[in-house]
Amino acid sequence: MEMELTNEVLRQAKMNNQSFLSAAWREIRHDGMALVSLIVLVCIVGIAYISPFFLSIDRVTRIDLSSIYLAPSAVHWLGTDDGGRDVFGQLLLGARNSFTIGVCVTLLASLYGLTIGLIAGFYGGIVDQIICRVLDFLMILPSLMIIIVFVVMVPNYSVFNFILIMSIFAWFGKARLIRSRGLAERELDYIHASKTLGTPDWKIMLFEMLPNLSSLIIVNMTLTLAGNIGLETGLTFLGFGLPSGTPSLGTLIALAKNPDIVQNKWWVWLPAALLILVIMLCINYIGQAVKRASDARQRIA
Amino acid sequence: MLVFIVRRTLLMIPQLLLLSILIFFLAKQMPGDAVTGAFMGKPNVSAEQMEKIREQHGLNDPWIVQYGRWIGDAVRGDFGQSFVHKQPVTQLLAGRIENTIWLSVATLVVTYLIAIPLGMIAGRWTGSWADQFIVTYNYVSFATPVFVFALLMLYVFGFVLNWFPSGGSVDIRVEEGTAEYVWDKLKHLVLPVLSGSLLLTYSTVQYLRNEIIETKMKDFVKTARAKGVSENVVYHRHILRHSILPIAAFLGYEITGLIAGSVFIETIFSYPGLGRLFIDSIMTRDFTVVTALVLISGAAVIVGTMLSDIILRMVDPRIRLG
Repeated sequence: MEMELTNEVLRQAKMNNQSFLSAAWREIRHDGMALVSLIVLVCIVGIAYISPFFLSIDRVTRIDLSSIYLAPSAVHWLGTDDGGRDVFGQLLLGARNSFTIGVCVTLLASLYGLTIGLIAGFYGGIVDQIICRVLDFLMILPSLMIIIVFVVMVPNYSVFNFILIMSIFAWFGKARLIRSRGLAERELDYIHASKTLGTPDWKIMLFEMLPNLSSLIIVNMTLTLAGNIGLETGLTFLGFGLPSGTPSLGTLIALAKNPDIVQNKWWVWLPAALLILVIMLCINYIGQAVKRASDARQRIA
Repeated sequence: MLVFIVRRTLLMIPQLLLLSILIFFLAKQMPGDAVTGAFMGKPNVSAEQMEKIREQHGLNDPWIVQYGRWIGDAVRGDFGQSFVHKQPVTQLLAGRIENTIWLSVATLVVTYLIAIPLGMIAGRWTGSWADQFIVTYNYVSFATPVFVFALLMLYVFGFVLNWFPSGGSVDIRVEEGTAEYVWDKLKHLVLPVLSGSLLLTYSTVQYLRNEIIETKMKDFVKTARAKGVSENVVYHRHILRHSILPIAAFLGYEITGLIAGSVFIETIFSYPGLGRLFIDSIMTRDFTVVTALVLISGAAVIVGTMLSDIILRMVDPRIRLG
């Protein structure tokens, strides 16, 4: 009888442990806006990623000077841009590139943030003090300007370099967040027990502390993904993002730096601007739902 | 309190030092130095002559000497020569900084004018349709990238409706010093300011709403109500006074957002301020100007954060340093 009870408790505990993703899913299902956001986002990203099957990249990126700035028509659903390229095709390609880069930057930044945050949180004391001071300093840098300076200075500029530069300036907040939760976690019994048993520090950090911070990390990654896509398109808009030849959603909007295009050729930039807006809103709605799921008190479902 | 101010101010010194060293090395990595810049387009100057001039200007000294000279000049307000504009960087900045300060101050004022009433309404009538609307607006403003929003504003109000001028800081036809001039300047500010401030309201609304919801359950508010103080006075005097002070302190923290925002907004509205100067200078590879701008922005953020920390501490003594 007692045995059964213990087993039941253990099973319950295990369920609670695994259920963050299912809790998030439940939360999203119960929040109408979040569910709509998820469906819209999956549609947009899905269409963008399978577009190469029915749309040749060569045709989309080929310059055709005889048909520049054509208004929307049956052939070109959203008209053509400054090089006579189909705007609708560019939009799909751009959405795919922007999303991919946003994800890459978020993953890389999380990797840096996790490493530094876990070290500071796990060791605490003087290590934590030093890391915190450095983070304090890094967080007040005018990062937008410095990213632009880096982009201009780097030789052999490529997409890969761009991702690297952006991620270098995107992890400070994450490290802070993980550090503060890690500091609370290190006082808990399971960490003490593990230390007493002689488990190496890196194993405790990676296999014991990290899983317990996973919900926090997932929430943070969802929310910063939107920010990173915004920053990438913004930089490309200013002319310091993706190298020319790799269209991003920002590339189309960049054409709107010319007042004539803003005013008279709305089909070039407006769809891209609205698409960015929709993607950002969707990711944020999903992020908010996931955030509520991570905190039992705030759950709606 | 005094100890706190002194400690916080001292903390600023290593930050400024580190920032300047970082930017110095960044500047050293940028192609071209003062000498190549000064002799650009003069092919009759040989490499040996250039080397001699470099030696004279001390460009071959060890980095610590060069850094000392550079930072010494910068503190005295000398940022060197702009290669492109052929004039001292300080002079160039002086011509632009006024516009950016106007833009930033106006943006901040409008942000608070919008955010404080919204936060108060949402906090007082929680769950009402007004609150739901404000919360939704807050979600949207948090998610919207500033350049997308600014472009939409420009398109709708600048071109389609044609209510406001679409670019520049003032019409060249109006005479300086007249009332019309001021009026025209204000008209040029409307769109850039609204684009910036409608998105900056997020943190203030969020904070004020949470604070008011929390404060209205507190004992001193109950006491006031029990004494028969009218609901309006409870909210405007008792609760607001309690909740609004920290908001004033957030001013300094907003500077980072203002600087990043001004780069986009000034580009979109072709507003002649520092943000646009930064983009123009980096496009034309005018690196002395770029360096000066990064240094000034960084220093502005550091000083702003310090002021905010100090004010926040004055308002709420429970807050401790990191």
